[in-house]
Amino acid sequence: MADIFKLVALGIVAVFAAMGVNFARDLAYQANALTVLAVALGLFVHIVRSMGRPKPAPETGYMDEVIRYGVIATALWGVVGFLAGTYIAFQLAFPDLNWGLSYTSFGRLRPLHTSAVIFAFGGNALICTSFYVVQRTCATRLWGGNLAWFVFWGFQLVIVLGATSYLLGGSQSREYAELAWHIDIWLTVVWVAYLAVFMGTLFNRKERHIYVANWFYLSFIVTVAMLHVVNNLAWPVSVWGSESYSLFSGVQDAMTQWWYGHNAVGFFLTAGFLGMMYYFVPKQAERPVYSYKLSIIHFWALIFLYIWAGPHHLHYTALPDWAQTLGMVFSIMLWMPSWGGMINGLMTLNGAWDKLRTDPVIRMLVVSVGFYGMSTFEGPMMSIKAVNSLSHYTDWTIGHVHSGALGWNGMITFGALYFLVPRLWNRARLYSLAMVSWHFWLATIGIVLYASSMWVTGIMEGLMWREVDSQGFLVNSFADTVGAKFPMYIVRGLGGVLYLTGAVIMCVNLYQTIRGRLREEREPLAAGAVAAE
Amino acid sequence: MDTYSLLRQFADSWWLLVMTAFFLGVVVFTLRPGSRRVHDDIANIPLRNDEPKE
Repeated sequence: MADIFKLVALGIVAVFAAMGVNFARDLAYQANALTVLAVALGLFVHIVRSMGRPKPAPETGYMDEVIRYGVIATALWGVVGFLAGTYIAFQLAFPDLNWGLSYTSFGRLRPLHTSAVIFAFGGNALICTSFYVVQRTCATRLWGGNLAWFVFWGFQLVIVLGATSYLLGGSQSREYAELAWHIDIWLTVVWVAYLAVFMGTLFNRKERHIYVANWFYLSFIVTVAMLHVVNNLAWPVSVWGSESYSLFSGVQDAMTQWWYGHNAVGFFLTAGFLGMMYYFVPKQAERPVYSYKLSIIHFWALIFLYIWAGPHHLHYTALPDWAQTLGMVFSIMLWMPSWGGMINGLMTLNGAWDKLRTDPVIRMLVVSVGFYGMSTFEGPMMSIKAVNSLSHYTDWTIGHVHSGALGWNGMITFGALYFLVPRLWNRARLYSLAMVSWHFWLATIGIVLYASSMWVTGIMEGLMWREVDSQGFLVNSFADTVGAKFPMYIVRGLGGVLYLTGAVIMCVNLYQTIRGRLREEREPLAAGAVAAE
Repeated sequence: MDTYSLLRQFADSWWLLVMTAFFLGVVVFTLRPGSRRVHDDIANIPLRNDEPKE
Protein backbone atom coordinates (compact mmCIF):
# COMPACT_ATOMS: atom_id res chain seq x y z
CA MET A 1 0.00 0.00 0.00
CA ALA A 2 2.81 2.38 0.93
CA ASP A 3 4.33 1.70 -2.47
CA ILE A 4 1.15 2.89 -4.21
CA PHE A 5 1.29 6.19 -2.29
CA LYS A 6 4.95 6.61 -3.20
CA LEU A 7 4.16 5.97 -6.88
CA VAL A 8 1.34 8.52 -6.86
CA ALA A 9 3.56 11.11 -5.16
CA LEU A 10 6.43 10.47 -7.56
CA GLY A 11 4.03 10.70 -10.50
CA ILE A 12 2.81 14.11 -9.34
CA VAL A 13 6.39 15.31 -8.81
CA ALA A 14 7.36 14.06 -12.28
CA VAL A 15 4.44 15.85 -13.97
CA PHE A 16 5.23 19.05 -12.06
CA ALA A 17 8.92 18.80 -12.99
CA ALA A 18 8.02 18.19 -16.64
CA MET A 19 5.90 21.34 -16.58
CA GLY A 20 8.88 23.10 -14.99
CA VAL A 21 11.11 22.03 -17.88
CA ASN A 22 8.54 23.39 -20.32
CA PHE A 23 7.67 26.70 -18.64
CA ALA A 24 11.10 27.47 -17.12
CA ARG A 25 11.93 31.18 -17.15
CA ASP A 26 15.68 30.61 -16.81
CA LEU A 27 18.25 27.97 -17.71
CA ALA A 28 19.17 27.18 -14.09
CA TYR A 29 15.55 26.36 -13.22
CA GLN A 30 15.17 24.27 -16.36
CA ALA A 31 18.24 22.19 -15.53
CA ASN A 32 16.94 21.70 -11.97
CA ALA A 33 13.53 20.63 -13.27
CA LEU A 34 15.16 18.14 -15.67
CA THR A 35 17.22 16.67 -12.81
CA VAL A 36 14.15 16.31 -10.60
CA LEU A 37 12.21 14.75 -13.48
CA ALA A 38 14.97 12.19 -14.07
CA VAL A 39 15.22 11.34 -10.35
CA ALA A 40 11.43 11.01 -9.95
CA LEU A 41 11.12 8.75 -13.01
CA GLY A 42 14.10 6.65 -11.93
CA LEU A 43 12.63 6.13 -8.46
CA PHE A 44 9.23 5.36 -10.01
CA VAL A 45 10.67 2.58 -12.16
CA HIS A 46 12.73 1.30 -9.22
CA ILE A 47 9.65 0.98 -7.00
CA VAL A 48 7.55 -0.63 -9.72
CA ARG A 49 10.26 -3.24 -10.35
CA SER A 50 10.63 -4.10 -6.66
CA MET A 51 6.87 -4.35 -5.96
CA GLY A 52 5.56 -7.78 -5.04
CA ARG A 53 9.02 -9.06 -4.16
CA PRO A 54 9.45 -10.22 -0.56
CA LYS A 55 10.91 -7.46 1.62
CA PRO A 56 14.26 -8.36 3.22
CA ALA A 57 14.11 -9.00 6.97
CA PRO A 58 14.85 -5.86 9.01
CA GLU A 59 18.51 -5.65 9.96
CA THR A 60 19.74 -5.39 13.51
CA GLY A 61 22.91 -3.91 14.97
CA TYR A 62 24.23 -0.48 14.10
CA MET A 63 23.11 0.97 10.78
CA ASP A 64 26.46 1.43 9.06
CA GLU A 65 25.79 1.13 5.33
CA VAL A 66 24.49 4.71 5.06
CA ILE A 67 27.61 5.89 6.92
CA ARG A 68 29.83 4.05 4.41
CA TYR A 69 28.10 5.94 1.60
CA GLY A 70 28.53 9.16 3.58
CA VAL A 71 32.26 8.58 4.05
CA ILE A 72 32.77 8.06 0.31
CA ALA A 73 30.64 11.11 -0.53
CA THR A 74 32.63 13.24 1.93
CA ALA A 75 35.98 12.25 0.41
CA LEU A 76 34.83 12.75 -3.19
CA TRP A 77 33.01 16.06 -2.65
CA GLY A 78 36.07 17.24 -0.73
CA VAL A 79 38.30 16.73 -3.77
CA VAL A 80 35.75 18.46 -6.02
CA GLY A 81 35.52 21.45 -3.66
CA PHE A 82 39.30 21.76 -3.19
CA LEU A 83 39.80 21.54 -6.96
CA ALA A 84 37.26 24.30 -7.57
CA GLY A 85 38.92 26.44 -4.89
CA THR A 86 42.41 25.94 -6.30
CA TYR A 87 41.16 26.75 -9.76
CA ILE A 88 39.52 30.03 -8.75
CA ALA A 89 42.62 30.92 -6.72
CA PHE A 90 44.56 30.81 -9.98
CA GLN A 91 41.77 32.72 -11.73
CA LEU A 92 42.50 35.63 -9.40
CA ALA A 93 46.16 35.53 -10.40
CA PHE A 94 45.49 34.85 -14.10
CA PRO A 95 42.09 36.27 -15.13
CA ASP A 96 42.41 34.58 -18.54
CA LEU A 97 41.38 31.36 -16.80
CA ASN A 98 37.81 32.72 -16.84
CA TRP A 99 37.89 31.75 -20.56
CA GLY A 100 35.44 34.59 -21.30
CA LEU A 101 32.53 32.25 -20.56
CA SER A 102 29.84 33.08 -18.02
CA TYR A 103 29.73 29.43 -16.85
CA THR A 104 33.38 29.38 -15.85
CA SER A 105 33.57 32.92 -14.48
CA PHE A 106 34.81 33.56 -10.93
CA GLY A 107 31.39 34.85 -9.88
CA ARG A 108 29.79 31.48 -10.59
CA LEU A 109 32.62 29.17 -9.59
CA ARG A 110 33.10 30.90 -6.23
CA PRO A 111 29.72 29.87 -4.77
CA LEU A 112 30.32 26.45 -6.32
CA HIS A 113 33.59 26.23 -4.34
CA THR A 114 32.20 27.54 -1.04
CA SER A 115 29.08 25.38 -1.21
CA ALA A 116 31.07 22.30 -2.25
CA VAL A 117 33.52 22.55 0.63
CA ILE A 118 31.12 23.78 3.34
CA PHE A 119 27.91 21.96 2.51
CA ALA A 120 28.94 19.03 0.31
CA PHE A 121 32.23 18.09 2.04
CA GLY A 122 31.50 19.49 5.53
CA GLY A 123 27.79 18.64 5.45
CA ASN A 124 28.33 15.03 4.41
CA ALA A 125 31.08 14.71 7.01
CA LEU A 126 28.72 16.02 9.70
CA ILE A 127 25.80 13.83 8.64
CA CYS A 128 27.79 10.60 8.42
CA THR A 129 29.84 11.16 11.59
CA SER A 130 26.76 12.24 13.54
CA PHE A 131 25.02 9.00 12.48
CA TYR A 132 28.09 7.04 13.61
CA VAL A 133 28.55 8.88 16.90
CA VAL A 134 24.91 9.01 17.94
CA GLN A 135 24.58 5.23 17.52
CA ARG A 136 27.77 4.42 19.45
CA THR A 137 27.10 6.85 22.29
CA CYS A 138 23.42 5.86 22.63
CA ALA A 139 24.18 2.14 22.14
CA THR A 140 21.23 1.81 19.79
CA ARG A 141 20.44 1.57 16.07
CA LEU A 142 19.49 4.70 14.11
CA TRP A 143 15.82 5.53 14.46
CA GLY A 144 13.52 5.73 11.45
CA GLY A 145 14.65 2.82 9.27
CA ASN A 146 15.18 4.06 5.72
CA LEU A 147 14.69 7.70 6.73
CA ALA A 148 18.49 7.92 7.14
CA TRP A 149 18.81 6.91 3.47
CA PHE A 150 16.35 9.63 2.54
CA VAL A 151 18.52 12.14 4.40
CA PHE A 152 21.66 10.97 2.59
CA TRP A 153 20.26 10.88 -0.93
CA GLY A 154 18.10 13.96 -0.38
CA PHE A 155 21.18 15.90 0.66
CA GLN A 156 23.13 14.71 -2.41
CA LEU A 157 20.22 15.95 -4.55
CA VAL A 158 20.48 19.37 -2.88
CA ILE A 159 24.17 19.45 -3.79
CA VAL A 160 23.66 18.45 -7.42
CA LEU A 161 20.75 20.88 -7.91
CA GLY A 162 22.74 23.68 -6.26
CA ALA A 163 25.91 23.08 -8.25
CA THR A 164 24.15 23.01 -11.64
CA SER A 165 22.07 26.02 -10.66
CA TYR A 166 25.15 28.10 -9.76
CA LEU A 167 26.95 27.27 -13.00
CA LEU A 168 23.89 28.24 -15.06
CA GLY A 169 23.42 31.52 -13.22
CA GLY A 170 20.83 30.69 -10.54
CA SER A 171 21.72 32.45 -7.31
CA GLN A 172 19.94 34.22 -4.50
CA SER A 173 23.00 36.50 -4.05
CA ARG A 174 23.19 35.84 -0.31
CA GLU A 175 26.67 34.72 0.71
CA TYR A 176 26.76 31.03 1.75
CA ALA A 177 22.99 30.92 1.12
CA GLU A 178 23.06 31.21 -2.67
CA LEU A 179 20.65 28.31 -3.24
CA ALA A 180 17.53 29.35 -5.17
CA TRP A 181 14.21 29.27 -3.31
CA HIS A 182 13.02 25.90 -4.60
CA ILE A 183 16.23 24.16 -3.51
CA ASP A 184 15.91 25.91 -0.12
CA ILE A 185 12.51 24.29 0.36
CA TRP A 186 13.84 20.85 -0.52
CA LEU A 187 16.79 21.32 1.86
CA THR A 188 14.33 22.20 4.64
CA VAL A 189 12.46 18.92 4.06
CA VAL A 190 15.70 16.93 4.15
CA TRP A 191 16.87 18.77 7.25
CA VAL A 192 13.66 18.06 9.18
CA ALA A 193 14.09 14.36 8.33
CA TYR A 194 17.69 14.58 9.60
CA LEU A 195 16.50 16.12 12.86
CA ALA A 196 13.89 13.37 13.22
CA VAL A 197 16.47 10.59 12.71
CA PHE A 198 18.86 12.16 15.21
CA MET A 199 16.24 12.98 17.86
CA GLY A 200 14.55 9.60 17.45
CA THR A 201 17.87 7.85 18.10
CA LEU A 202 18.48 10.02 21.17
CA PHE A 203 15.03 9.10 22.53
CA ASN A 204 15.79 5.40 22.04
CA ARG A 205 19.15 5.59 23.80
CA LYS A 206 20.29 2.79 26.11
CA GLU A 207 22.70 5.04 28.00
CA ARG A 208 21.17 7.13 30.77
CA HIS A 209 22.98 10.33 29.78
CA ILE A 210 23.43 12.09 26.46
CA TYR A 211 27.14 12.31 25.65
CA VAL A 212 28.38 15.87 25.01
CA ALA A 213 29.20 15.21 21.32
CA ASN A 214 25.47 14.68 20.73
CA TRP A 215 24.64 18.01 22.34
CA PHE A 216 26.94 19.73 19.88
CA TYR A 217 25.49 17.81 16.92
CA LEU A 218 21.92 18.52 18.04
CA SER A 219 22.56 22.24 18.50
CA PHE A 220 24.07 22.28 15.00
CA ILE A 221 21.03 20.59 13.44
CA VAL A 222 18.45 22.74 15.28
CA THR A 223 20.23 26.06 14.83
CA VAL A 224 21.02 25.52 11.16
CA ALA A 225 17.33 24.75 10.55
CA MET A 226 16.34 28.03 12.22
CA LEU A 227 19.02 30.09 10.43
CA HIS A 228 18.25 28.55 7.06
CA VAL A 229 14.50 29.16 7.26
CA VAL A 230 14.70 32.76 8.51
CA ASN A 231 17.49 33.91 6.20
CA ASN A 232 15.81 32.43 3.15
CA LEU A 233 12.39 34.00 3.70
CA ALA A 234 11.76 35.20 0.16
CA TRP A 235 9.01 35.50 -2.39
CA PRO A 236 9.60 33.88 -5.80
CA VAL A 237 8.89 35.94 -8.89
CA SER A 238 7.28 32.89 -10.48
CA VAL A 239 6.77 29.22 -9.60
CA TRP A 240 8.64 28.47 -12.82
CA GLY A 241 11.81 30.48 -12.19
CA SER A 242 14.83 30.70 -9.86
CA GLU A 243 14.43 34.38 -9.12
CA SER A 244 13.07 35.52 -5.74
CA TYR A 245 13.05 38.60 -3.54
CA SER A 246 13.96 38.68 0.14
CA LEU A 247 11.20 39.63 2.58
CA PHE A 248 13.67 41.90 4.37
CA SER A 249 15.11 45.10 3.02
CA GLY A 250 17.96 47.51 3.70
CA VAL A 251 20.06 47.11 6.82
CA GLN A 252 17.64 44.56 8.31
CA ASP A 253 18.32 42.39 5.29
CA ALA A 254 22.06 42.76 5.75
CA MET A 255 21.82 41.97 9.46
CA THR A 256 19.66 38.89 8.82
CA GLN A 257 22.17 37.70 6.25
CA TRP A 258 25.13 38.02 8.65
CA TRP A 259 23.19 36.69 11.59
CA TYR A 260 22.84 33.66 9.32
CA GLY A 261 26.35 33.88 7.90
CA HIS A 262 28.22 34.06 11.15
CA ASN A 263 26.10 31.43 12.86
CA ALA A 264 26.59 29.14 9.90
CA VAL A 265 30.26 29.39 10.89
CA GLY A 266 29.37 29.08 14.58
CA PHE A 267 26.98 26.17 14.42
CA PHE A 268 27.77 24.39 11.15
CA LEU A 269 31.57 24.69 11.09
CA THR A 270 32.14 24.97 14.85
CA ALA A 271 29.46 23.26 16.96
CA GLY A 272 28.98 20.37 14.54
CA PHE A 273 32.71 19.75 14.15
CA LEU A 274 33.20 20.05 17.91
CA GLY A 275 30.82 17.10 18.11
CA MET A 276 33.37 15.26 15.97
CA MET A 277 36.23 16.43 18.20
CA TYR A 278 34.55 15.25 21.40
CA TYR A 279 34.12 11.77 19.97
CA PHE A 280 37.06 11.07 17.67
CA VAL A 281 39.86 12.61 19.75
CA PRO A 282 39.03 10.52 22.86
CA LYS A 283 38.46 7.48 20.66
CA GLN A 284 41.76 7.71 18.79
CA ALA A 285 43.66 8.58 22.00
CA GLU A 286 41.83 5.73 23.76
CA ARG A 287 41.13 7.81 26.83
CA PRO A 288 38.13 9.89 27.97
CA VAL A 289 37.97 13.61 27.33
CA TYR A 290 40.23 15.64 29.68
CA SER A 291 37.42 17.37 31.59
CA TYR A 292 33.79 16.52 31.07
CA LYS A 293 32.73 19.50 33.20
CA LEU A 294 34.70 21.83 30.93
CA SER A 295 33.01 20.30 27.90
CA ILE A 296 29.56 21.15 29.32
CA ILE A 297 30.58 24.73 30.09
CA HIS A 298 32.22 24.95 26.65
CA PHE A 299 28.92 23.93 25.07
CA TRP A 300 26.65 26.37 26.89
CA ALA A 301 29.08 29.28 26.65
CA LEU A 302 29.39 28.74 22.92
CA ILE A 303 25.60 28.54 22.49
CA PHE A 304 24.96 31.68 24.50
CA LEU A 305 27.67 33.81 22.92
CA TYR A 306 27.95 32.82 19.26
CA ILE A 307 24.45 33.88 18.25
CA TRP A 308 25.29 37.56 18.97
CA ALA A 309 28.55 37.81 17.05
CA GLY A 310 27.12 38.36 13.53
CA PRO A 311 27.17 42.20 13.50
CA HIS A 312 31.00 42.19 13.37
CA HIS A 313 30.58 41.49 9.64
CA LEU A 314 28.93 44.90 9.30
CA HIS A 315 31.41 47.20 11.06
CA TYR A 316 31.35 50.79 9.73
CA THR A 317 28.17 50.20 7.71
CA ALA A 318 24.63 51.56 8.07
CA LEU A 319 24.08 49.16 10.97
CA PRO A 320 23.56 51.14 14.22
CA ASP A 321 26.75 51.65 16.22
CA TRP A 322 25.41 49.92 19.32
CA ALA A 323 24.74 46.76 17.30
CA GLN A 324 28.28 46.81 15.87
CA THR A 325 29.75 47.20 19.35
CA LEU A 326 27.52 44.44 20.70
CA GLY A 327 28.77 42.10 17.97
CA MET A 328 32.37 43.02 18.73
CA VAL A 329 32.01 42.49 22.50
CA PHE A 330 30.37 39.09 22.12
CA SER A 331 33.00 38.05 19.57
CA ILE A 332 35.74 38.87 22.05
CA MET A 333 33.97 36.99 24.82
CA LEU A 334 34.02 33.95 22.52
CA TRP A 335 37.74 33.69 23.18
CA MET A 336 37.01 31.96 26.48
CA PRO A 337 34.82 29.04 25.38
CA SER A 338 36.89 28.55 22.21
CA TRP A 339 40.13 28.25 24.10
CA GLY A 340 38.48 26.19 26.84
CA GLY A 341 37.38 23.75 24.18
CA MET A 342 40.77 23.70 22.50
CA ILE A 343 42.53 23.01 25.81
CA ASN A 344 40.02 20.27 26.56
CA GLY A 345 40.71 18.61 23.22
CA LEU A 346 44.49 18.89 23.47
CA MET A 347 44.72 17.81 27.12
CA THR A 348 42.78 14.66 26.29
CA LEU A 349 46.18 13.46 25.10
CA ASN A 350 47.59 14.01 28.57
CA GLY A 351 49.63 10.91 29.34
CA ALA A 352 49.46 9.74 25.73
CA TRP A 353 51.59 12.38 24.04
CA ASP A 354 53.86 9.65 22.66
CA LYS A 355 51.03 8.75 20.26
CA LEU A 356 51.81 11.96 18.40
CA ARG A 357 55.07 10.36 17.33
CA THR A 358 53.64 7.04 16.22
CA ASP A 359 50.10 7.76 15.06
CA PRO A 360 49.68 10.18 12.14
CA VAL A 361 45.89 10.11 12.54
CA ILE A 362 46.07 11.57 16.03
CA ARG A 363 48.61 14.08 14.75
CA MET A 364 45.99 15.21 12.25
CA LEU A 365 43.31 15.55 14.94
CA VAL A 366 45.66 17.47 17.25
CA VAL A 367 46.75 19.87 14.53
CA SER A 368 43.10 20.50 13.67
CA VAL A 369 42.37 21.41 17.30
CA GLY A 370 45.43 23.66 17.20
CA PHE A 371 44.07 25.44 14.13
CA TYR A 372 40.72 25.74 15.90
CA GLY A 373 42.49 27.63 18.68
CA MET A 374 44.48 29.74 16.25
CA SER A 375 41.57 30.82 14.06
CA THR A 376 39.29 31.44 17.05
CA PHE A 377 41.99 33.72 18.41
CA GLU A 378 42.39 35.54 15.13
CA GLY A 379 38.63 35.93 14.55
CA PRO A 380 37.77 37.88 17.72
CA MET A 381 40.87 39.99 17.21
CA MET A 382 39.69 40.91 13.70
CA SER A 383 36.24 41.75 15.08
CA ILE A 384 37.72 44.59 17.14
CA LYS A 385 36.64 47.71 15.29
CA ALA A 386 40.11 49.28 15.12
CA VAL A 387 41.61 46.08 13.66
CA ASN A 388 38.60 45.59 11.41
CA SER A 389 39.05 49.04 9.86
CA LEU A 390 42.30 47.67 8.46
CA SER A 391 41.32 44.06 7.79
CA HIS A 392 37.79 44.45 6.42
CA TYR A 393 37.35 43.79 2.66
CA THR A 394 40.98 42.62 2.43
CA ASP A 395 42.48 39.18 1.80
CA TRP A 396 43.24 38.90 5.51
CA THR A 397 39.61 37.83 5.96
CA ILE A 398 40.00 35.13 3.32
CA GLY A 399 43.18 33.92 5.02
CA HIS A 400 41.39 33.78 8.37
CA VAL A 401 38.49 31.79 6.96
CA HIS A 402 40.85 29.29 5.35
CA SER A 403 43.01 28.70 8.40
CA GLY A 404 39.75 27.74 10.11
CA ALA A 405 38.24 25.81 7.22
CA LEU A 406 41.35 24.00 5.92
CA GLY A 407 43.02 23.65 9.31
CA TRP A 408 40.17 22.95 11.70
CA ASN A 409 37.30 21.57 9.59
CA GLY A 410 39.41 19.87 6.93
CA MET A 411 41.96 18.23 9.21
CA ILE A 412 39.43 16.94 11.76
CA THR A 413 37.36 15.49 8.92
CA PHE A 414 40.41 13.76 7.43
CA GLY A 415 41.20 12.36 10.89
CA ALA A 416 37.63 11.11 11.29
CA LEU A 417 37.68 9.50 7.81
CA TYR A 418 40.97 7.71 8.60
CA PHE A 419 39.38 6.53 11.85
CA LEU A 420 36.11 5.40 10.26
CA VAL A 421 37.16 3.55 7.10
CA PRO A 422 39.03 0.60 8.70
CA ARG A 423 36.23 0.17 11.25
CA LEU A 424 33.31 0.48 8.84
CA TRP A 425 34.81 -2.00 6.37
CA ASN A 426 36.27 -4.30 9.06
CA ARG A 427 39.91 -3.89 8.06
CA ALA A 428 42.82 -4.51 10.42
CA ARG A 429 44.25 -1.07 9.70
CA LEU A 430 44.63 1.57 7.02
CA TYR A 431 46.35 0.62 3.77
CA SER A 432 49.26 2.94 4.49
CA LEU A 433 50.21 5.13 7.46
CA ALA A 434 53.09 6.61 5.47
CA MET A 435 50.52 8.03 3.06
CA VAL A 436 48.67 9.56 6.02
CA SER A 437 51.92 11.25 7.01
CA TRP A 438 52.37 12.54 3.47
CA HIS A 439 48.81 13.87 3.52
CA PHE A 440 49.42 15.48 6.89
CA TRP A 441 52.53 17.36 5.81
CA LEU A 442 51.20 18.39 2.39
CA ALA A 443 48.03 19.74 3.99
CA THR A 444 49.85 21.53 6.81
CA ILE A 445 52.40 23.19 4.51
CA GLY A 446 49.56 24.08 2.13
CA ILE A 447 47.69 25.85 4.92
CA VAL A 448 50.80 27.70 6.07
CA LEU A 449 51.44 28.95 2.53
CA TYR A 450 47.79 29.97 2.21
CA ALA A 451 47.44 31.77 5.54
CA SER A 452 50.79 33.57 5.47
CA SER A 453 50.41 34.82 1.89
CA MET A 454 46.94 36.14 2.75
CA TRP A 455 48.27 37.93 5.85
CA VAL A 456 50.89 39.66 3.75
CA THR A 457 48.59 40.62 0.91
CA GLY A 458 45.68 41.51 3.22
CA ILE A 459 47.62 43.86 5.46
CA MET A 460 49.43 45.28 2.46
CA GLU A 461 46.27 46.15 0.58
CA GLY A 462 44.64 47.48 3.76
CA LEU A 463 47.57 49.84 4.26
CA MET A 464 47.64 50.81 0.59
CA TRP A 465 43.93 51.70 0.62
CA ARG A 466 44.28 54.07 3.54
CA GLU A 467 47.57 55.70 2.50
CA VAL A 468 47.20 59.46 1.88
CA ASP A 469 49.79 62.00 0.76
CA SER A 470 50.64 65.32 2.41
CA GLN A 471 47.69 66.96 0.61
CA GLY A 472 45.26 64.38 1.95
CA PHE A 473 44.75 62.62 -1.38
CA LEU A 474 44.68 58.81 -1.64
CA VAL A 475 48.00 57.54 -2.97
CA ASN A 476 46.92 54.22 -4.51
CA SER A 477 44.18 53.28 -6.89
CA PHE A 478 42.41 49.95 -6.47
CA ALA A 479 44.21 48.53 -9.50
CA ASP A 480 47.56 49.33 -7.83
CA THR A 481 46.71 46.96 -4.98
CA VAL A 482 45.61 44.26 -7.44
CA GLY A 483 48.94 44.47 -9.22
CA ALA A 484 50.89 44.38 -5.97
CA LYS A 485 49.09 41.25 -4.79
CA PHE A 486 50.09 39.07 -7.76
CA PRO A 487 53.03 37.17 -6.17
CA MET A 488 51.02 36.36 -3.04
CA TYR A 489 48.19 35.04 -5.19
CA ILE A 490 50.60 32.56 -6.79
CA VAL A 491 51.78 31.41 -3.35
CA ARG A 492 48.18 30.99 -2.22
CA GLY A 493 47.38 28.95 -5.34
CA LEU A 494 50.38 26.68 -4.65
CA GLY A 495 49.16 26.19 -1.10
CA GLY A 496 45.86 25.03 -2.59
CA VAL A 497 47.69 22.62 -4.91
CA LEU A 498 49.48 21.05 -1.93
CA TYR A 499 46.24 20.73 0.03
CA LEU A 500 44.46 19.19 -2.95
CA THR A 501 47.31 16.73 -3.56
CA GLY A 502 47.07 15.60 0.06
CA ALA A 503 43.35 14.98 -0.33
CA VAL A 504 43.92 12.91 -3.49
CA ILE A 505 46.51 10.82 -1.62
CA MET A 506 43.89 10.29 1.09
CA CYS A 507 41.35 9.07 -1.47
CA VAL A 508 43.85 6.51 -2.87
CA ASN A 509 44.68 5.37 0.66
CA LEU A 510 41.03 4.99 1.66
CA TYR A 511 40.20 3.22 -1.62
CA GLN A 512 42.97 0.66 -1.08
CA THR A 513 41.85 0.20 2.53
CA ILE A 514 38.29 -0.49 1.39
CA ARG A 515 39.62 -3.03 -1.14
CA GLY A 516 41.29 -4.79 1.80
CA ARG A 517 44.89 -4.19 0.85
CA LEU A 518 47.71 -3.58 3.37
CA ARG A 519 50.94 -1.88 2.40
CA GLU A 520 54.05 -3.28 4.05
CA GLU A 521 55.73 -0.51 6.01
CA ARG A 522 58.60 -0.16 8.42
CA GLU A 523 58.23 -0.51 12.16
CA PRO A 524 57.94 3.00 13.69
CA LEU A 525 55.02 3.82 11.46
CA ALA A 526 53.39 0.46 12.00
CA ALA A 527 53.13 1.17 15.74
CA GLY A 528 49.80 2.86 15.11
CA ALA A 529 48.58 -0.33 13.48
CA VAL A 530 49.01 -2.24 16.72
CA ALA A 531 46.86 0.29 18.50
CA ALA A 532 44.13 -0.07 15.91
CA GLU A 533 43.84 -3.82 16.41
CA MET B 1 4.28 51.73 22.59
CA ASP B 2 4.96 50.10 19.23
CA THR B 3 5.87 46.43 19.03
CA TYR B 4 9.53 47.01 18.29
CA SER B 5 10.14 49.25 21.31
CA LEU B 6 8.19 46.91 23.57
CA LEU B 7 10.12 43.84 22.46
CA ARG B 8 13.39 45.73 22.51
CA GLN B 9 12.84 46.85 26.10
CA PHE B 10 11.87 43.34 27.18
CA ALA B 11 14.88 41.86 25.37
CA ASP B 12 17.49 44.01 27.06
CA SER B 13 15.99 43.81 30.53
CA TRP B 14 14.11 40.75 31.80
CA TRP B 15 14.99 38.36 29.02
CA LEU B 16 18.67 39.23 29.26
CA LEU B 17 18.46 38.57 32.99
CA VAL B 18 16.75 35.20 32.42
CA MET B 19 19.39 34.08 29.93
CA THR B 20 22.30 35.21 32.11
CA ALA B 21 20.78 33.49 35.14
CA PHE B 22 20.22 30.29 33.12
CA PHE B 23 23.83 30.28 31.96
CA LEU B 24 25.21 30.89 35.45
CA GLY B 25 22.87 28.18 36.73
CA VAL B 26 24.29 25.72 34.20
CA VAL B 27 27.85 26.52 35.29
CA VAL B 28 27.02 26.15 39.00
CA PHE B 29 25.09 22.94 38.38
CA THR B 30 27.96 21.49 36.34
CA LEU B 31 30.47 22.25 39.08
CA ARG B 32 28.20 21.01 41.90
CA PRO B 33 29.90 18.82 44.50
CA GLY B 34 29.47 15.13 43.93
CA SER B 35 29.02 15.37 40.16
CA ARG B 36 32.44 13.93 39.39
CA ARG B 37 31.32 10.30 39.49
CA VAL B 38 28.45 10.96 37.06
CA HIS B 39 30.68 12.95 34.72
CA ASP B 40 33.39 10.30 34.75
CA ASP B 41 30.78 7.75 33.79
CA ILE B 42 29.45 9.88 30.92
CA ALA B 43 32.95 10.69 29.69
CA ASN B 44 33.57 6.96 29.23
CA ILE B 45 30.54 6.40 26.99
CA PRO B 46 32.56 6.59 23.73
CA LEU B 47 34.99 3.98 25.02
CA ARG B 48 32.31 1.29 25.38
CA ASN B 49 29.34 0.24 23.22
CA ASP B 50 31.12 -1.29 20.25
CA GLU B 51 27.89 -3.29 19.88
CA PRO B 52 24.35 -1.99 20.51
CA LYS B 53 22.83 -2.83 23.90
CA GLU B 54 19.62 -4.79 24.06
